[in-house]
Amino acid sequence: MDLDTTPMTDAVNLRDELEAVGIEEILSQLDRELIGLKPVKTRIREIASLLLIERIRKRMGLTSDAPTLHMSFTGNPGTGKTTVALRIASILHRLGFVRRGQVVSVTRDELVGQYIGHTAPKTKEILKKAMGGVLFIDEAYYLHRPDNERDYGQEAIEILLQVMETQREDMVVILAGYGDRMDKFFASNPGFRSRIAHHIDFPDYSDDELLDIAELMLRDMNYGFTPDARAEFVRYIALRKKQPLFSNARSIRNALDRLRLRQANRLVADLDHVLTVDDIRSIEASDVLASRVFRKAGKSAEAS
Amino acid sequence: MRITQGCFSFLPDLTDEQISRQVQYCLEQGWAVNIEFTDDPHPRNNFWEMWGLPMFDLRDAAGVMMELNECRKVYGDRYIRLSAFDSSHGWESVRLSFIVNRPKDEPGFRLERHEMAGRNIRYTTSSYAADRPEGRRYD
Repeated sequence: MDLDTTPMTDAVNLRDELEAVGIEEILSQLDRELIGLKPVKTRIREIASLLLIERIRKRMGLTSDAPTLHMSFTGNPGTGKTTVALRIASILHRLGFVRRGQVVSVTRDELVGQYIGHTAPKTKEILKKAMGGVLFIDEAYYLHRPDNERDYGQEAIEILLQVMETQREDMVVILAGYGDRMDKFFASNPGFRSRIAHHIDFPDYSDDELLDIAELMLRDMNYGFTPDARAEFVRYIALRKKQPLFSNARSIRNALDRLRLRQANRLVADLDHVLTVDDIRSIEASDVLASRVFRKAGKSAEAS
Repeated sequence: MRITQGCFSFLPDLTDEQISRQVQYCLEQGWAVNIEFTDDPHPRNNFWEMWGLPMFDLRDAAGVMMELNECRKVYGDRYIRLSAFDSSHGWESVRLSFIVNRPKDEPGFRLERHEMAGRNIRYTTSSYAADRPEGRRYD
């Protein structure tokens, strides 16, 4: 996929081009494996189309500046920001907009130092590792501490901004974090806002989508709900959502891990039983009902 | 006198594009690339100073080029070389090293003959540049 060596053309078959790049495969994988997230998928499709056209334009000699690809992902916990970042990296790589396609995922700790003169080398080291790929900064707003003006985060921000501007073709920066705090972060660092072309908002999942996610995760782990268990899990999701610290798909994953624990415990409790594959695969209603979420809900119903 | 040490030193100076391709080759072999500089061009001067730390875990040459350009800004009037270190078992040593920057004017070497007992002669080469204090050798 060396752009320099491809011969100049004036007619391009879009379908061939799409197939040659293999981008459709990634996009449909995205559709298949990521449930919900309609606005995110539409946006990624748009970006992929733009990049494809940009690539063809380049081959036709209609050069324009390399498009700014830095992005910000905002959304509540567990809405799939990191997963999408990984996919974006492989899309950008296939289209030749990043040369290597690796994703370096960092948080404040890895960028900001602890004493004077520590921050710049640290930030630069991460930047060097991310060159040719995607730098994913999770919870980016922690870089800026408004209450402490001598905080070293500002130094990291300045280096980041400079590299984002001068080495646009060498790497793509994705900032991620919770919506309201990211807004505050951008408000106090206007440089970031203007250097980022794509602001993508990740919506929360609906109950149905969460159930789909749970079933998909179980299938990947070679488990499955019995019909009863499925019905109970629908109730579980509705109850869990009302509790504090609900973090979408991540809460579901944790719930599933606990279900597996309880299922294993139930199976081991009855040593004389001869297990079939179905026994081992299936999660039953009792496994779901043993959850703390139901007990709490029952108590509050009694109290009221 | 143009000094020749390491790889490619009998070729014309590499362009940035060529340097970048060589670095990419090193990274693809899994070697860590280091930037070193000195103003003492003597061939027996093994200990060049390092610019920053060795760069492990890089994927793309752009990172090395960024550091190299920084180093050139500060020490553009000295010799700068890149060396690639192979950490794999059995090698654990530098696999490739080449000069990427040199002073505009290289004054060359003087040959000194020490006359010893019994008409023996010992030879010493010393760089004219090293006659001046460190840091001011290529002003």
